[in-house]
Amino acid sequence: MATSSIASLNSPSRLLSIPKEPYPSSHFSSNLLKFAAPRTPSSSVSCSLTRDPASVLPLEQRVELNNGALLHQRPDSFGRFGKFGGKYVPETLMHALTELEAAFHSLTADEDFQRELAGILKDYVGRESPLYFAERLTEHYKRPNGEGPHIYLKREDLNHTGAHKINNAVAQALLAKSLGKKRIIAETGAGQHGVATATVCARFGLECIIYMGAQDMERQALNVFRMRLLGAEVRPVHAGTATLKDATSEAIRDWVTNVETTHYILGSVAGPHPYPMMVREFHAVIGKETRKQALEKWGGLPDVLIACVGGGSNAMGLFHEFVDDKDVRLIGVEAAGFGLDSGKHAATLTKGEVGVLHGAMSYLLQDDDGQIVEPHSISAGLDYPGVGPEHSFLKDLGRAEYYSITDEEALEAFKRVSRLEGIIPALETSHALAYLEKVCPTLPNGTKVVLNFSGRGDKDVQTAIKYLKV
Amino acid sequence: MAIALKSSCFFQVKKPEAGFPVYFSSKKAIISVKRNTPVAAIRTMETVGLSETFSRLKKQGKVAFIPYITAGDPDLSTTAEALKVLDSCGSDIIELGVPYSDPLADGPVIQAAATRSLARGTNFNAIISMLKEVTPQLSCPVALFSYYNPILKRGTDKFMSTIRDSGVHGLVVPDVPLEETEILRTEAKKNGIELVLLTTPTTPIDRMKAIVDAAEGFVYLVSSVGVTGARASVSDKVQALLQEIKEATSKPVAVGFGISKPEHVEQVAGWGADGVIVGSAMVKILGDAKSPQEGLKELENFTRSLKSALP
Repeated sequence: MATSSIASLNSPSRLLSIPKEPYPSSHFSSNLLKFAAPRTPSSSVSCSLTRDPASVLPLEQRVELNNGALLHQRPDSFGRFGKFGGKYVPETLMHALTELEAAFHSLTADEDFQRELAGILKDYVGRESPLYFAERLTEHYKRPNGEGPHIYLKREDLNHTGAHKINNAVAQALLAKSLGKKRIIAETGAGQHGVATATVCARFGLECIIYMGAQDMERQALNVFRMRLLGAEVRPVHAGTATLKDATSEAIRDWVTNVETTHYILGSVAGPHPYPMMVREFHAVIGKETRKQALEKWGGLPDVLIACVGGGSNAMGLFHEFVDDKDVRLIGVEAAGFGLDSGKHAATLTKGEVGVLHGAMSYLLQDDDGQIVEPHSISAGLDYPGVGPEHSFLKDLGRAEYYSITDEEALEAFKRVSRLEGIIPALETSHALAYLEKVCPTLPNGTKVVLNFSGRGDKDVQTAIKYLKV
Repeated sequence: MAIALKSSCFFQVKKPEAGFPVYFSSKKAIISVKRNTPVAAIRTMETVGLSETFSRLKKQGKVAFIPYITAGDPDLSTTAEALKVLDSCGSDIIELGVPYSDPLADGPVIQAAATRSLARGTNFNAIISMLKEVTPQLSCPVALFSYYNPILKRGTDKFMSTIRDSGVHGLVVPDVPLEETEILRTEAKKNGIELVLLTTPTTPIDRMKAIVDAAEGFVYLVSSVGVTGARASVSDKVQALLQEIKEATSKPVAVGFGISKPEHVEQVAGWGADGVIVGSAMVKILGDAKSPQEGLKELENFTRSLKSALP
């Protein structure tokens, strides 16, 4: 596979290409050597060669990192990331999943599809999203001696619909059309994925049904209205805890029943294979742009990537590009709700155990009987008792680190960033922003931190009003 | 050999004060005074397993009647009674559902039953205690219906041995596809549990063949593309599917999902099914009833009407 220059990275059609032949491992390791970006960035060498943005690793290769650790195929042909992932769904869905996977692979290698998708991402979604140097936040984290990290925000909030969710929704809608499916279903927590799905269904003329927990509908009323205005039917789910996990279960049931006419646009990197891989690939544009933008801005790689983790889609979208760059630190931030010891949180990777939920083996919050526990977070989008299997894999491998932030800390960050940068973050994103308080004091001078600003907070003002005095 | 006398449907109303064990969500069954055992069913030993049951029925030219109920709805005592009612009314195998928080394959009726059961505090240990008491009194085998996570949580080997010890013969796990069943099958075999596998109208033929090859106990043919829940009629695709499966295997095939009336039962049996499974319709009766006693009585009547539609 030829290495591509920066120029080719600019052309949108390269953003989603998938190699047909296996990655020769020698090519890989030589590129890794080129990419050994040191932690202390001041002397970083600018890398003029980048590897092909086609980053779906073909099926049977193992990649050896510089330190000799083996990074297995992500995922392998069974849809597993190590022991995580898989397809734990009723038999009725198995054929549809196989079809979906085949369609995904053939379409992503299809130039016309890529061109169409790239065009939509550019003209409709508004990509590429800026990598913004947060001057006042950086100032805020400067230590008394003037040293501190440099904070950059990857502005997914500037996408159409105000979050990263649209990247995946747009691509899956195109995929559904090519499969001849006219009916779209989706689950939603905060409503951002629901809005993104309703948006693309309006754009492509598809029937749209969104399942949303009744409790979530209350706390995100603005998004419910938006979905309906966009022409979607929003169905409240009262079963179980009436939140995201129940909406997901109900969406899966609908899919089991209507699988022949319906495509299920799953909103995160969770669920049965091929969804974790597909959704990651559709969000991988975030990381790809970041690599290019980082190169342009400071001639190197980011040192630290930070993103909030609910199901894990915005995090995987940013991280994926850099997983094989071993010196890039990957940090995911989950919701600690009322606190990790309160029993009312959604810190799956910190407090969960391995199990099967919604089709994938992953960490999840469960009780002694294996019943799924109701999580809590002030942010609906992080309020999920599971997590994408690839995150579970990266955690166990030690490649990525996961921490958690409480409701209170998130609300403080919500206010702080609004004041310091004039950008109101989504409550989900606020969790990642809150983590800056903890990590920045530990980072050497000049460390390049890129934080995925996954969404804007307009949808959260009702919630914030309840808790904040402004 | 079970010395079971299955006379005409017989059941006694058991009120908790009469000394019937009451199963709480705590780990032990609280057995108060002496239990009344139904006179008509005297058993001294274990029942035979699922496959053996089917073989026997086949020899008699009969089709198996397989009801399903959710454990713990309205409560475990009623479940225990219901098991006995179903048995004495002529059920050939009974499926017992372990309530789960996120039942992907279940429609609103069974979902609601699971939610009610869990809200009452039903847990796995309580279900096992109840089964230990009840299975020796049954003349037909019990198969558990459980989602995968509770099995994983316990540890597959431990789960299998625990259910075997409680007298259960078979297991159905609706959210584990063939590819992932290897461990389950190994542990099931090791512990003497027959692992039933499901095939559906969307399953391509080659895959169906692999499934029926691996299935133990019987092959569960899901009658429709969807979740559990009564339907107005049974799809006539089932007839063709049954034929396809029977060409691929001599193992018994039972049809389930959506079957709720004697006409359905008769139709499916007529198409060549070796067994007919009725779930939501049963669960609805117990769930909607004004009292457990009324529910059990209705269950008895309903079971009789379904059973009489079968050869």
